[in-house]
Amino acid sequence: MSDRRILTGQHFMNGDEACAEGALAAGCRFFAGYPITPSTEVAERLSLRMPEVEGVYIQMEDELASMAAILGASSAGARSMTATSGPGFSLMMENIGLGVMMEIPCVVVNIQRGSPSTGLPTAPGQSDVMQARWGSHGDYEIVAYAPESPQEIFDLTVHCFNVADRYRTPVLLMSDEVVGHMVERVIIPTLDEIPIWERKRPAESSNGAFKPFEALDADLVPPMAYAGEGHHIHISGLTHDERGYPDLTPENHHRLVTRLVNKINNNADDLIKTEDQYLDDAKIVVISFGATARSARRAVLEAREEGIPAGFLRLISLWPFPESLIQEIAQDVDAFVVAEMNLGQMAHEVQRHVQQPVEGVFHAGGSMMRPGPILEMIREVATNGNSRTG
Amino acid sequence: MTQVFARVPIDLEEITTPRGKVYIIAERCKECELCIVFCPEDVLYSSDQTNAKGYHYPDVVAGKEESCVHCEFCSLVCPEFAIFTLAVNDV
Amino acid sequence: MATAVLVEEHPLDSLIRDDRMPHIWCPGCGIGIVMRCFAKAILESGIPEENHIVVSGIGCTGRVAGYMDLDSYHTTHGRPIPFATGLKLANPDLMVTVFSGDGDLSAIGGNHLIHAARRNIDLKIVCVNNFNYGMTGGQFGPTTPCGARSTTSPYGNAEQPFNLPYLLAAAGASFVSRWTTIHVRQIQEDILYMFNKPGFTFMEVLSPCPIGFGKSNNIPEGVDEMELYRERCVVDPNVDMWDLEIDLREDRPIYVGRMVDRDIAPYQPVRLEGSP
Repeated sequence: MSDRRILTGQHFMNGDEACAEGALAAGCRFFAGYPITPSTEVAERLSLRMPEVEGVYIQMEDELASMAAILGASSAGARSMTATSGPGFSLMMENIGLGVMMEIPCVVVNIQRGSPSTGLPTAPGQSDVMQARWGSHGDYEIVAYAPESPQEIFDLTVHCFNVADRYRTPVLLMSDEVVGHMVERVIIPTLDEIPIWERKRPAESSNGAFKPFEALDADLVPPMAYAGEGHHIHISGLTHDERGYPDLTPENHHRLVTRLVNKINNNADDLIKTEDQYLDDAKIVVISFGATARSARRAVLEAREEGIPAGFLRLISLWPFPESLIQEIAQDVDAFVVAEMNLGQMAHEVQRHVQQPVEGVFHAGGSMMRPGPILEMIREVATNGNSRTG
Repeated sequence: MTQVFARVPIDLEEITTPRGKVYIIAERCKECELCIVFCPEDVLYSSDQTNAKGYHYPDVVAGKEESCVHCEFCSLVCPEFAIFTLAVNDV
Repeated sequence: MATAVLVEEHPLDSLIRDDRMPHIWCPGCGIGIVMRCFAKAILESGIPEENHIVVSGIGCTGRVAGYMDLDSYHTTHGRPIPFATGLKLANPDLMVTVFSGDGDLSAIGGNHLIHAARRNIDLKIVCVNNFNYGMTGGQFGPTTPCGARSTTSPYGNAEQPFNLPYLLAAAGASFVSRWTTIHVRQIQEDILYMFNKPGFTFMEVLSPCPIGFGKSNNIPEGVDEMELYRERCVVDPNVDMWDLEIDLREDRPIYVGRMVDRDIAPYQPVRLEGSP
């Protein structure tokens, strides 16, 4: 059935469908989800396609069960995924934390919509950005990507599985309703053009001597044993030692939590993805992500045509945040403009890393942000900037 | 042991009452006394000996050394994996 | 004169993480009894040990996962069943047992319990029902009998408890039985039976919880509650499912035994015609 795994060729499909195809191309064979607009098409497409590749599509009773089920499936060795939107994302938070603590690879897709609460089920938002970072309780780091097109959803979904497997962590794909529902050309390559990063595995059967959380390598990632391989692993959400046994002392807790956090932070260079234009001569840098980035790029182009030295930085990875890159860019610019479909989330993150003013172009969601307001802000910053820095 | 039957079972010579020997992992016992209370032959009692946690683990009642019939109920009902019996081969 | 032999090892130690013994459960608690029956059933199941997986949730019974020397997953409160569902569907060769308590499975986990039963997912559920939330100190839960005292029902529980066998039967389970921790041979036998019966198989085991429940409800020691079971438990093949609720106030029988045993095809992921 490997010919049905990847639909090589040129397609005209929406973002949700491209996400489903990206998952299948990456080898995902387990999807557990609960329908929620605007992510429903991911589930619908996979309900059709999973049987074609002898994978499992199961519609769980709620999002808590969906998140738990994908952790279970991944523990048995499968690449697994779920897809949701804001309200479901909130329900998944506890088990995302479980995935972090148990170091179980999986992909969680959030096609964001107008929030908070039930909000705007059929309209876009980008207001779950901070929730992606801090939504579950406790200290932890997360990896999250924000695509701006159906093609990029396909590519980033593949990448999310790879990152999840290499670093043994849940990875979030933070899209939005605009990108999820827009229909564009998606080129699906051949199977051998799809990069696959494997999970680190134990050397051989160890008769109970294998320690499931012993991370001896510099990347801080322990090898992963699957259920049923005879390693007799104990995997718990309680603070544990290398054997997996509960060790609730403050010293061990600090050790474990620090390793989990450093596992992501120390490997940030492998995880961060950005795209930039015109940074060489930029004095005002516009930062954006997801659907809004399309408008921001347009606004920057128009600003440059007016003679304003504007540059553009698109965050493809939202988390970990590209601190060093931002700080490097900040050495030569006068101001930043952050355009996002929320009332200011990523803007705060930029603000805390730079000394320059960070202006925001915000709205609470519900429609694609147009280039107009972003261009106006660039002009305003350009006009006021001289007097402020003078 | 000699018993008198009104009618003698034809396999009386072959079938014997099982006998068991009691084994105890003292450090695991928590003195719940389930084994003592439920032994059908009242073989066990809470001894004067204590383990490191201060629990009195059981011992065989004096005079009851031959009474254990290896029913294994103590072993089945102990929550602590602290007691079991093994069959003693009859001579 | 001591004639019991003092030893360091138990015949079932190969199946438990004996470096963690003695376990944390209170003197007189019945969870260890159920775990012992389970360990013995695993040895006698004929299924290779590496295929046996234990998934548990939060609570005293949830700690079983940490003591069994098998691949085991100690998940979040209420979620062992969907986690186990993922494990089983991703690798159907696994024999997945969910071992958890009444609060974890029927309160916070209630929704997953009934849906997994509805789908008849091939899982083995052992639910130790000690009538309270023991780990957090003895609060009442959905299986606490009416009138019982607990730390959050100081005037007596005003709620009706679940009748779990009836609930599971209505939800679609293939097999439901109820025993108590005194029915050790039956527990072991039924766990073996469940291993051999595909589909959603559920066993409720009533257990003493002297510290969390018993001492506030006139059954102060594990022995006392076991004596109560011995006196009041009845196997009656003709009892109606709706009469199975447990009420400790009146001198009513506690019905135990196999309640549901039917042949329903277990859940299978959708497969296209012509595929294996």
